[in-house]
Amino acid sequence: MATQQTTTLGRFLSAPSIILLFLWMIVPLAMTIWFSLLRYNLLDPGQETFVGFLNYRYFLTDPAFFTALANTLILVGSVLVITVVGGVLLALLMDQPILGRGIVRLMVIAPFFVMPTVSALVWKNLLMHPVSGLFAWIATLIGVQPIDWFTNVPLFSIVLIVAWQWLPFATLILLTALQSMDEEQKEAAEMDGTPALSFFIYMTLPHLARAITVVILIETIFLLSVFAEIFVTTGGGPGLQTTNIAFLVYAQALLQYDVGGASAGGIVAVILANIVAIFLVRLIGKNLDA
Amino acid sequence: MARRITTTRRITVTAGGWLAGFIIFFPILWMVLTSFKTELDAFSTPPQFLFFHWTTENYAIVQNRSDYIHHAMNSIILAVGSTALGLLIGIPAAWAMAFAPTKRTRSTLLWMLSTKMMPPVGVLVPIYLIFRDTGLLDTHGGLIFVEFMANLPIIVWMLYTYFKEIPKDILEAARMDGATVGKELIYVLAPMAIPGIASTVLLNIILAWNEAFWTLNLTTVNAAPLTVFIASYSSPEGLFWAKLSAASTLAIAPIMVLGWFSQKQLVRGLTFGAVK
Repeated sequence: MATQQTTTLGRFLSAPSIILLFLWMIVPLAMTIWFSLLRYNLLDPGQETFVGFLNYRYFLTDPAFFTALANTLILVGSVLVITVVGGVLLALLMDQPILGRGIVRLMVIAPFFVMPTVSALVWKNLLMHPVSGLFAWIATLIGVQPIDWFTNVPLFSIVLIVAWQWLPFATLILLTALQSMDEEQKEAAEMDGTPALSFFIYMTLPHLARAITVVILIETIFLLSVFAEIFVTTGGGPGLQTTNIAFLVYAQALLQYDVGGASAGGIVAVILANIVAIFLVRLIGKNLDA
Repeated sequence: MARRITTTRRITVTAGGWLAGFIIFFPILWMVLTSFKTELDAFSTPPQFLFFHWTTENYAIVQNRSDYIHHAMNSIILAVGSTALGLLIGIPAAWAMAFAPTKRTRSTLLWMLSTKMMPPVGVLVPIYLIFRDTGLLDTHGGLIFVEFMANLPIIVWMLYTYFKEIPKDILEAARMDGATVGKELIYVLAPMAIPGIASTVLLNIILAWNEAFWTLNLTTVNAAPLTVFIASYSSPEGLFWAKLSAASTLAIAPIMVLGWFSQKQLVRGLTFGAVK
């Protein structure tokens, strides 16, 4: 089937995509690496000097970097735990014979389609506002002092918003995986009187393992780059409390005009993401021939 | 006996399901409700749930501010433009990989996916500088290109997984019956490919519509889509909750409807077929 002619045609047809993607990847990346070796400030044009790995030394020894790294890990880790555990529970619930399941399903996946700037602002103002927000009202209802979310627990507030946005994704993927489970197995287990919890641990969880891995890997890729939610709500503050690596690099480049330092930070972010990516590409690669 | 248990269970899970769905959906519902309030009601404590003075004035105000239409148009231009470009370049590539695979197709596909793993901050600085020096900052063309490149791997992958499922026997049968290449494309392949192309389009419009990192960093006014327009409400002087809610509702409504329609394809598109 794959004659010489079709192979040539195939090359010709896929060339534009490959060339464009290659350029898109390699040109900015090479420039970032090059800039990261320069002393380069946008306020000081024409004064670029080669400084070797100095930017990396500054970036990696800057206390802000460790704060940002810690914040990134906390953000990614907490959102992953919330969305995976919540997603499994929700998927199990939605797999039940719920009346009007279609509508419930639409409600559950809705947050995924809300643009990040909208969800950040709605949560910040309508829900988490310390005086007129809905959470403040609920707090006074149950006799608790309302808290000022973005002042007292800024990172937790961001985690909450981001988790809300990604819970639907986890639920949707896990529900799809759950529905591919063998009905007969379930019935057989029910006949045998298998306790629900053992069935979940020995049958459901192993079946979901692959889907859970996919959710974790894909979410990690996106969560490492969370930006808009921070940009709109806290601007990285108070202090550095909600600055993650993505936001730190942005601030260094476009607020402090330090291109060299920002580029070094960018390369660090690329390396972090690639560690995760290696696992994801392997996992999906296995699936390719199936 | 068994029937009674299922009825009880049905009621319990229905209640639980609706409660969970309602809690998750609540912020969106609350936003929509707030958009119909006066600014005074929007701020009032205790909050007004249903018995407030319903008004559509916020929508009129947001609508009349010409910049809403301007930004909505930008969102449409960016989403449609980057998706169209993606199809133009992506369909031939996915086609070739599905119908004339070589030894290298597999690794090419994986490599394409890996470009998606690059965090945008890693390349923000050079893109920003290139755009500044070539006058592409805050232009439709520049942003369409960025969103097109960001989504191209997903387009190729999605189309590839759909094209691969088209049985090749049908092609051969058509050829046996004497169909020319043109007829084969129009009458045999196109009808089978269109559903896959349609879901690819939907997913990419959703992704491009909600994309916030590049739009926030590369646009200001001219080419700024709704993501940036909404972000402008974050300034302290912009604290008009009812109007913010109305603008937000308008910004997410079309894409949410699209998303609801394409939820099945979404799973496949987002996981590259790794979850079935």
